[in-house]
Amino acid sequence: MTEKKQTDKSILRRFMPLIIFALLVVMLGVGLTLNPRLVPSPLIGKPAPVFELPLLNGEGVFSNEDLKGQLTLVNVWASWCYACRQEHEVVKKLARSGLRIVGLNYKDKKQDAQAWLAQLGNPYEVVFADESGRAAIDWGVYGAPETFVVDAQGIIRHKVIGPVSDPKNYDGLMAAISKITDGKL
Amino acid sequence: MRILFAAVFLLFQLSASAAPMDTYKFESDEQEKTFQKLSEELRCLVCQNQSIAESNADLANDLRAEIHKLLLAGKNEAEIKAFMVDRYGDYVLYDPPFKPLTWLLWIGPVVIFLIGLFYARGFIARQNSSASPAELSDEESERLRELQSELNVSERETSGEKNMKRGKRS
Repeated sequence: MTEKKQTDKSILRRFMPLIIFALLVVMLGVGLTLNPRLVPSPLIGKPAPVFELPLLNGEGVFSNEDLKGQLTLVNVWASWCYACRQEHEVVKKLARSGLRIVGLNYKDKKQDAQAWLAQLGNPYEVVFADESGRAAIDWGVYGAPETFVVDAQGIIRHKVIGPVSDPKNYDGLMAAISKITDGKL
Repeated sequence: MRILFAAVFLLFQLSASAAPMDTYKFESDEQEKTFQKLSEELRCLVCQNQSIAESNADLANDLRAEIHKLLLAGKNEAEIKAFMVDRYGDYVLYDPPFKPLTWLLWIGPVVIFLIGLFYARGFIARQNSSASPAELSDEESERLRELQSELNVSERETSGEKNMKRGKRS
């Protein structure tokens, strides 16, 4: 009995390097699949930052107060952003499904942004322009596209970094939305 | 030749100073120092292996401008760091704080080192013990005595044979 234990132990000892190696491989493997560009936002669960930005069409302003009352997607985009073009069809699809989507036009030129919308279609209820990028800093934006899910109380509930057309991002977004709306839209 | 060296040297000088240069005005040297320190300690989120000071990314530019503005508004180093962390999370700090979420980050290497040390100790101990054999059990020493006496017997026999052979020859 003790002899068997002894041999078990020595087998374990012999395979220990292999086990440690396997663990390392798994850890590094998982590390490789993580995207270091995905920085978790500290704003989740907090009210949307205070801001007031001019509308792209020049007809008034949009503020954080205007976000309240209804579940809203805030889509950060720019005409110079290639991935925004990629995700645009999906943004349009989401808008058609009845979601309220507003656009934060990030560090863009007015004419470029308007031409972009004219060419590719405008799924946004409103588009407001953050030419300096100052409001985007308050949102913790560090690139485009980014999409925030803001609930009816004006609390940020989810953030998508990168195009929503990416299947992983899309699923995450849908899960977040259905969690807020309890499955009904 | 000397001119060529000088030219190459100059080229290196130029590339070394290629980090973005802003022309921010400060109210005091101390403010400027804080600005430098902060922009070197904050990570640029667009190009993540560069600090805000090193990066030429648009966002890094904006964040440097923001730090400058906050400094002029009388904010201190801690307040500005908090400003950044509130928006971008601990990730923006090259020197993340010690808290439950970052325990693994801080303690992990020490733990792994200790595990290594533990194994190394065991390994060395085993090496030493195999060099100097352990004491024999009663059973084993009995067996040893048996073997030795057997050896003695056979030795005596062979030496006897030799003598006989020698005797024959003489």
